[in-house]
Amino acid sequence: MMAMSKKMLEQEPSEIEMLLPWHAAGTLNARDARRVDEALARDPELARQYAVIRQEYAETIDLNESLGAPSARAMQKLFAAIDAEPARKPAVSLKISAGISAFFASLSPRTLAWSASLGAVALLLQAGVIGAVLVKNQPGSFQTASLSPAESHELGPNAPPHALVRFAPDARVTDITALLDNYQASIVDGAKGGLFRLQFGNKAMTKDEIAGLMNKLQTEKIVTLAVATP
Amino acid sequence: MQVLYGRHHVRVFRFGLRLVRDEQVAEDLISEVFLDVWRQAGKFEGRSAVSTWLLAITRFKALSALRRRKDAELDDEAANAIEDSSDDPEVAVQKKDTGEALRRCLTALSQEHREIIDLVYYHEKSVEEVAEIVGIPENTVKTRLFYARKKLAELLKAAGIERGWP
Repeated sequence: MMAMSKKMLEQEPSEIEMLLPWHAAGTLNARDARRVDEALARDPELARQYAVIRQEYAETIDLNESLGAPSARAMQKLFAAIDAEPARKPAVSLKISAGISAFFASLSPRTLAWSASLGAVALLLQAGVIGAVLVKNQPGSFQTASLSPAESHELGPNAPPHALVRFAPDARVTDITALLDNYQASIVDGAKGGLFRLQFGNKAMTKDEIAGLMNKLQTEKIVTLAVATP
Repeated sequence: MQVLYGRHHVRVFRFGLRLVRDEQVAEDLISEVFLDVWRQAGKFEGRSAVSTWLLAITRFKALSALRRRKDAELDDEAANAIEDSSDDPEVAVQKKDTGEALRRCLTALSQEHREIIDLVYYHEKSVEEVAEIVGIPENTVKTRLFYARKKLAELLKAAGIERGWP
C-alpha cells in the first residue's frame, strides 16, 4: 500500500513541470518564467521534457495554420443575419434628440429666424465677456506645456536614481508593469532608440545602492540593458 | 463589427473546426458566434481579452453542435485519424516523420484534450484565460494539459515513435 502511494506520488507532476507548456508559449508571468528557467537549468530530465514540449508547440501551430480560413459564405451569412435582426430599441439620447428635432420642426420659419438671430447675439455677448476676463488675467508671458523647473525631476545629490533601460523585444506589457511595481519605478522618458528613462522611488541612493540596483536589474529576464544616469 | 470579424474570424474558425471537425459546421459556427457577439456587445465587461470572450462563446456553441451529432460518428472519426490506412513505402516514411505523426496524433486526441492543447499552444492563452474559457479551476487546467500531453505521448508510442518522455 505504501509502495503504491509512493508510486502514485512519483507519477504526480510537479508544479514546475505543469507550467512548462506555458513557458514554451511565452505566456507565463516574469516570476513563474524565472522559476521555470532556474528549474530547467538544474534538472536535465525537465530540460528533456521541455524539448519535447517545444516540438509539440511547433506542431500544434503548424496543424492549426494548415486549417486555412473560412469561405466568404460565413461572412455573407453573418451580415445577412445581422440585417435580418429586428431594429434595436433606440437609446434614450436618440429619443431626446428626436424630440428636439420635432420641436424645431413645429416652429414656423419666421419664429426660427428670430430665435437664431437672438441666439447669435447671445453668443457674441458671451464671447466678449470671456475675452475681457482673459485679457484682464493674462500675466503677459507664455507658458510651455513642459514642467516648470520646480516641477521637473530634481537633479543633484538629493535626486532619486535614474537609469536608461532597454527591455527584451518579447517583453509583455504585464511583465514590464510588474517590474516597475517591484522596483517602485516609473518611466519618465522614452522610448528613444528603444531606451526608456526610469526613475526609482523618490529618495536619493548611495553609489553602492545604485550599483546594486543596476546589477539586480540586469538579471531580470525582460531587461537587456540597464545603465545608471544622472 | 467588420473590424472585429476581420481580426478574429480565422482563429475562431480554426478553434471551432478543431472541435467539431467539419468545415461546414465550423463556418456556421462562426456566423453564430459573431451574431451572438453583435447581439450581446453590451454585456462584454472588458475584464478579459476580446479573443478570450470569443473563444469561450465558440467553445459553447461547438459543444452544442457536437451534442447534436451522434457519438458513434465521432468515435469513427477519431479512429480514422490514427488508423494506418496503408503499408506502402511512402506511408512508412511518413510515419517515421515525427512532425507528421505528431500532427496526426494531435488530431486523434479527445475533444477535451484537443481544446486545451490548442488554447495553450496556438491561441497562447494563460492558465487563467484557459480556466475562463473552459470553465474549470486553474489547477485543473494545468493537470488536464499534463494528461493531454501524456495521452499524446501514448498515441505516438503506439505509432512507433518514442520521444524520451514520459
